[in-house]
Amino acid sequence: MDLLTSTTVQQIINAVSVGAIYALFALGYALVFSILGVLNLAHSAIFMWGAFIGMLALDPEKAPILIAFSIAALLLSIPSILLEKRIVQPQLLRLPHQSQRFVGLIVRVVALYLLWQIGRPIYGILIGILPETMIIPAIIAFVFSVLGGGILSVILEFTAFRPLRARNAARLAQLVSSIGAALVLVNVAQIAFDWLYNRTEGYYPRDVQLLPFIPTETWIIGDLRITPIRVVILVIALGLMVALQYMVTKTQIGQQMRAVAFNQRISSLLGIDVSRVYIVTFFLAGAFGGAAGMLFGMVFLNVTPFIGESIALVGLTAIVLGGLGSINGAVLGGFIVAFIQTASVTFGGSSYRNAIVFILLFLVLLLRPQGILGQAEENRA
Amino acid sequence: MGFLIDGFNQLQTWLLILLSPLNITEPVLQFMLVSAILGLSIYLTLYTGMFSLANGGFMAIGAYVSVLLTQQAGWSLSLSILTGMIVAGIIAVPIGLPVLRLRDIYLAIATIGFGEVVRIMALNFDDLVESFIKWMVQKEILFDSLISRAETSDMLDITIRDNGNVRVNFELLGGARGIKGIPVMAETWMLVLFLIIVIYFIIRLHRSRLGRAMAAIRQDEQAASNMGIDVVYVKNVVFVLSAMIAAAAGGLSGHLTRIIDPSNYGFDLVVDILAYAVLGGTQTWAGPVIGAMVLRALPETLRGFSELRGLINGLILLGAIVYLPSGLVDIKGFRGLVAYFRNNRTQRKEMVKDNANT
Amino acid sequence: MPILELKHVSRHFGGLLALEDVNMIVEVGKVVGLIGPNGAGKTTMINNISGLDHPTNGEILFQGQAIHKQTPHKITQIGITRTYQNIRLFGDMTAHDNLLIGQHARGRATLLESLFFLPRYLEEERTLRQRATELLAQFGLEHVTNTLAGTLSYGDQRRLEMARALAANPKLILLDEPTAGMNPTETHELGEQILRLRAMGITILVIEHDMSLIHQVCDEVYVLNFGCMIAQGTPTEIRANPLVIEAYLGVDEDSRSPRLHT
Repeated sequence: MDLLTSTTVQQIINAVSVGAIYALFALGYALVFSILGVLNLAHSAIFMWGAFIGMLALDPEKAPILIAFSIAALLLSIPSILLEKRIVQPQLLRLPHQSQRFVGLIVRVVALYLLWQIGRPIYGILIGILPETMIIPAIIAFVFSVLGGGILSVILEFTAFRPLRARNAARLAQLVSSIGAALVLVNVAQIAFDWLYNRTEGYYPRDVQLLPFIPTETWIIGDLRITPIRVVILVIALGLMVALQYMVTKTQIGQQMRAVAFNQRISSLLGIDVSRVYIVTFFLAGAFGGAAGMLFGMVFLNVTPFIGESIALVGLTAIVLGGLGSINGAVLGGFIVAFIQTASVTFGGSSYRNAIVFILLFLVLLLRPQGILGQAEENRA
Repeated sequence: MGFLIDGFNQLQTWLLILLSPLNITEPVLQFMLVSAILGLSIYLTLYTGMFSLANGGFMAIGAYVSVLLTQQAGWSLSLSILTGMIVAGIIAVPIGLPVLRLRDIYLAIATIGFGEVVRIMALNFDDLVESFIKWMVQKEILFDSLISRAETSDMLDITIRDNGNVRVNFELLGGARGIKGIPVMAETWMLVLFLIIVIYFIIRLHRSRLGRAMAAIRQDEQAASNMGIDVVYVKNVVFVLSAMIAAAAGGLSGHLTRIIDPSNYGFDLVVDILAYAVLGGTQTWAGPVIGAMVLRALPETLRGFSELRGLINGLILLGAIVYLPSGLVDIKGFRGLVAYFRNNRTQRKEMVKDNANT
Repeated sequence: MPILELKHVSRHFGGLLALEDVNMIVEVGKVVGLIGPNGAGKTTMINNISGLDHPTNGEILFQGQAIHKQTPHKITQIGITRTYQNIRLFGDMTAHDNLLIGQHARGRATLLESLFFLPRYLEEERTLRQRATELLAQFGLEHVTNTLAGTLSYGDQRRLEMARALAANPKLILLDEPTAGMNPTETHELGEQILRLRAMGITILVIEHDMSLIHQVCDEVYVLNFGCMIAQGTPTEIRANPLVIEAYLGVDEDSRSPRLHT
């Protein structure tokens, strides 16, 4: 094999595995957009948290902290959810309409503070019980990332999106609140990084076996060097995408999701539990974001609170390319962006990588706003 | 003019003494004022119903152009800021014409993309020029003039090795390091003056045909076009005006600090500007001004939390959009509240009367 | 002399034919009615004339000038204004300000002139405001001058929208179901208002379901069904036309009871 083709093949392999991560990430965007018509800009923060959680779980010294924190949070979440549903909300509804929001805010801030104070000793006890170092298999760490992403995403739905939907706020207001949520998540991560690593950066351990039967050393075929992890990532990403596709088209909840996407009001009149559909949607979106984050971390090893920023715009380009709200389009868009980035790095230099993505985004919006797979909307007055 | 500035400085000293319990020092005040100007730049587009987030990009253009003019060409501050505004305004036309056809989220995404392209251009401008000059030298295009330019200029450096290798070094925008050693020429009174000019402009705008057309477009674009309003024209004019105001804010703020670099004008800035408008509300021009001032002052006032500035900003953005949907300056809400209490009182009075009657 | 002429106008939305080879002539100074069952394409036709939508085929002439490719604001400037089936006032503005916007096409003062209070701006502003006040009086809306349009009563909103359409000094006004939701007395008053406009020399094309209004004001009536013009004539002729009766009675009961539909 001559040099040119072997580097080309190498680049294609790299592009495909990065594209799989982008596609996984963009799926979460597309899922929320297709069902709510809202762009969730906090999705990239969830991606970052997915990478962060995965990294903590794989680090033997940090794993106990993660586990103790998770257990403490889980323990506290059950009574607090019950409290909110059974006591806080019914009582709030009895207050005069004008003061509900304000009192609700105060009550919840106080409750959060109390939870924090109760949670700390629980965490202290747990960390005492757990061994100082724990080795968690990568596949379990992956599950942590997925669940963490999903749960964070559901929390976002309750704090940033549901209150706005309840008062029929403009979709742009929901975009703004998602930006606010993203800021909060990134800054909390920054504090956590400072606390855990004394700096805003962390590294994945090298040569992690994501699945026990996959070797870690690089395969060399002719001139090609293939890291098995990239293949595994591709397989996992494709598997998740197929699962999602199956779920949306074949299962009952998938049908309900499509119904809500079509018309929320009619769906609720037909007896679909719209609130549950939203929760499932956000959980799935977050789970995909978290998975993408962890896989991204395993490929690039370096994790900071800011890795979400660049992928946010990559994901945005991917879903715009594929047609906002189209799930298949998001996957296609993810791969296209990865190929364009890889090509631009090969031919132009890495500094223009993102510039090219943005110019692409710009052109697609201007020339074909409905995206590649989207259908033109007839402008009927 | 001189005694006016003296008077202003007196006033400012007193103001700063008054604000000192809030930890507001002169630099903080200056950035509050710059932010207020930025808030007004996004107010104009939001008032017209356009969700454009291009302000950060135009601010960068204004800052770079005016800083280069004062630092490299030795122009006066006012002239270079004016030039920065004009350049931003001119760039806004070819951007606005295609982009403003988009709506809502599409417009937001496209304008975010524009801002990022500007930032990346600033980051790579020197490299781009370097490779272009290198290509020209290798192809011997304008060879002599380039070499002589390189000898006289401290920006450009060309070395040709014996083996024919060409090394070009070009430094104008300084890439990620940015431009250093900018003369600090802007003063507080200039910021106040400019803010007042912009506010006057906006007040007059609201009472003009163009201003009424803007409000009409925000409420119903199609109906507005049936009133004889050229929607495309109005939107583009507003986009250009907003770009020019943002560019002026950029030029002024560039001359407050000794250094500017592309990271000052990223997505974070856009989020901040949006937060000014969201927190203050966009019913009147006062909303974004007050929103900007509060949001800028808050981290200083709550000193000790300064490393939590991002977190506080996020919580405020989230809290404001969820709990204060019309922002801090909420005229309608205020009227509604007054009416509510008045009704309550009359109701109570009537109840008392009823009770007395029975 | 025709003021408005539609020649073989068709409008297709994908496979759906909203208008199919429609021909129509509106004479200067007449009140012309356009009736037809729901979904017949009446509003599509008004949208095409006012420039919100453009025909797929055919042409529309206003005073002999082709307007079917023009933008809405140009069409307003040359003298066609309209109202909407579902009222589209600028709800956040006062009634008075809505009428100022309505006169947008008449204004000439630039932003610069208003910045520095130059005489032309002041003069123009004065005449615009005066005209707005006159219009409010003409439509009996003086009592709501400074009320936000969105909070007006339904009838007042309808009247304000007509006043706004008149504000631009049009030659032709398109009224899209102006009496929807009104009671018979209000409808009759509106009819008188339309006749007053005709007396002022303004041509009117009115979409209407209410046959009493059609009889009261129209000189000529066109009937649209499934995108095709099926009949044309005086109101009395139309009432006797078997095709029209079939169009209204033959489809289903619902489309015959227009007052329920707004």
